[in-house]
Amino acid sequence: MDDLLAARSQMALSLGFHIIFACIGMIMPFLMAISHYKYLKSGKEKYKTLTKAWSKGVAIFFVTGAVSGTMLSFELGLLWPEFMKHAGPIFGMPFSLEGTAFFIEAIALGFFLYGWEKFHPWFHWFTGVVVGVSGLASGILVVAANAWMNSPAGFDYVNGEYLNIDPMAAMFNDAWFTQSLHMILAAFVATCFAVAGIHAWLLTKGKNTNIHKAALKISLTLGAVAAILQPLSGDLSAKDVAERQPAKLAAMEAHFKTEEAASLIIGGIPDEENQAVHYAIKIPGALSFLAHGDFNAEVTGLDQIPKDEQPPVTITHFAFQIMVGCGMVLMITGIIWLFGLWKNKKYIYSSKFLGWIALLTPLGFLAVEAGWFVTEVGRQPWILYGIMKTKDAVTPMPGIVYSFLLYAAIYVSLAGIVTLLLIRQIKNIDKNQDLSLPSNS
Amino acid sequence: MLYVVIAFLYLSLLFYLLFGGADFGAGIIELFSGGSSKERTRLLTYQAIGPIWEANHMWLIITIVILFVGFPEIYTLASVYLHIPLSLLLIGIIARGTAFIFRHYDAVKDHFQKIYNLIFVYSSFMTPFFLGILAGTAISGRIDPDATDFVSAYLSPWLGWFPLSVGLFTVVICGFLAAVFLIGEANDNDDRELFRKKAFRMNILTVIAGGLVFLVGEWEGIRLFTELINHPVGLAALVLATLSLPVTWMLLRQKKVYWPRVLVGFQITMILVTLMVSQHPDFIILKNSTISLENAAAGESTIFALGMALLIGSLFILPALFYLIYSFQKQPVSVKKSLKH
Repeated sequence: MDDLLAARSQMALSLGFHIIFACIGMIMPFLMAISHYKYLKSGKEKYKTLTKAWSKGVAIFFVTGAVSGTMLSFELGLLWPEFMKHAGPIFGMPFSLEGTAFFIEAIALGFFLYGWEKFHPWFHWFTGVVVGVSGLASGILVVAANAWMNSPAGFDYVNGEYLNIDPMAAMFNDAWFTQSLHMILAAFVATCFAVAGIHAWLLTKGKNTNIHKAALKISLTLGAVAAILQPLSGDLSAKDVAERQPAKLAAMEAHFKTEEAASLIIGGIPDEENQAVHYAIKIPGALSFLAHGDFNAEVTGLDQIPKDEQPPVTITHFAFQIMVGCGMVLMITGIIWLFGLWKNKKYIYSSKFLGWIALLTPLGFLAVEAGWFVTEVGRQPWILYGIMKTKDAVTPMPGIVYSFLLYAAIYVSLAGIVTLLLIRQIKNIDKNQDLSLPSNS
Repeated sequence: MLYVVIAFLYLSLLFYLLFGGADFGAGIIELFSGGSSKERTRLLTYQAIGPIWEANHMWLIITIVILFVGFPEIYTLASVYLHIPLSLLLIGIIARGTAFIFRHYDAVKDHFQKIYNLIFVYSSFMTPFFLGILAGTAISGRIDPDATDFVSAYLSPWLGWFPLSVGLFTVVICGFLAAVFLIGEANDNDDRELFRKKAFRMNILTVIAGGLVFLVGEWEGIRLFTELINHPVGLAALVLATLSLPVTWMLLRQKKVYWPRVLVGFQITMILVTLMVSQHPDFIILKNSTISLENAAAGESTIFALGMALLIGSLFILPALFYLIYSFQKQPVSVKKSLKH
């Protein structure tokens, strides 16, 4: 493993890890606030228990998200100093605002977690909402910074120099809106379905059913709405990518030859050597329509992209298929759930359907990770699209492979401990308090 | 606007040292306590810093963001030549933060607690130690951008007696800060007495470690000290910090709670001021050159945007933060009572 690959792997690992914790830390406060609101309105103990249980999850994930985010702010420099030297002053705006949002989130979390019975109930509730809103704001800002790497703006690149820097223009680059929207919705889908999956599984065990039912209703309903909205945002993103990063779109679709009325390729195994895709389902004209809103439009293929500027096709294509596939499954499940809820159907609490939801627990996060692969691998070989290549940005320090191994060990153990903690928290709900008893509900 | 940004940079560094320092210090005290005193420290730490520790940690992020947005040359230089101590600092931060939250949020209290505690106390030591090493390296003139081999480029800048002594000094300062802070957090006389004793001990260590920094610096010919003597403000700050020490002892003896805290905060502020003004205009001293904040600053438009973001951000952050600290200061906690539960 050379230093470049080690640095890329470490960055991918750090981001891949952080993104899960950041999503949960960003979305769970909303679930918590909804449940808290219901408690304050109805006075039902089950909502209070649920709010407290969820807030413990928020605390664990917030901290893990915060430390892994801190790591990233260092790693940007530790691994990509040449990039940060130029990029820092240009795309720093969203980071400085994110610092503020994150700070507010940390303060609000202090109020919320330690504020039970200390403050006016609605002020206490409000601090929980602030945790969610500021978390969401930091998510949007960080993705805006990433969008800038895909869609550089706010400076003039003249003879290797970065001139006329405009931090606001860099922040509001062409990709910030579609990318942030897609990411935020993905965070809602992934987190809500994961939470719902856990509670669905606990429901099948038959203990504390009133709590788990309440939890399932809140999380799955929110998740279903987000899952239904997601394809719309995906369509916006696809059109955006087609326009700005044709190489990425071509890799996503394994679209080797430039053509009019291009077909949409579903599934299949790309054969990079022979520039073909085997065993795929092809829908004629659909790619042209998705990319440009016209069934006969020309879609740029990889043949138009110089060899040394092509992203890895197979990884990008598979990741894209996985993302879309997972999203579809979640959306359909969400529709079935909403319909059942609306029509008061019994099937939504049947053990089969609950088992299915439990099975879907990791699927949203699989989609999130796959989506990040599409964004990041699809941008290669560029770190700053069209301007700086990743290999020119890597640190001159040798031996990054040891650093990668060390961080890998840390991440693996952290992931292990957090999983253990969660299992213990979940077991604890059912062990210590049987809240389905009427006296407590 | 550049000076607004610089002010925020130093302010966030100072706040990280003060608030984060008290935080680290609690872990350091726990590390050097035995038996029941360890358990009491642990409980008090949790109750005292639980609500605010996340916010304390944010000052570091602000510092980093200001550096990489406003002073990219300094940020990248440090990232390259101080890669190893920065990584170790990072590992300390991760280990500490997660161990702190794990030990309090694990639903089952079993032998895992021992592991969390071990990680917490050792990383509480490690983090300020490497923070000090980084600061010591920055002013020592040991970084050599022309170095070609691994050892002289990436190891010897920070692996020397001066950076190590600054690291040690930072650790004991944090311990001192925490001991004084925790006196006021306990409302039990026994607990207060315990932390008062610890404060005295930590203070003696601080003076010794501070002296060590001077001696090693003098021995290695770090130019900080000759400049310090010649700089009226730096000298005044140092004299004030020294003079306030006996006052702190007296007040601690009189069992005062509030003023010793203020004085310790003052001493740390003065140490930072001393360092800052005696260095000015340099921020990092390299082997053959120096880098100042003024010269390394990003373009005007970036500094303006950063300054505005910081100013607007602080309008939201500072009142909320002070209200948070105030809210959880109102009722000091009794450790004994909690232990009985």
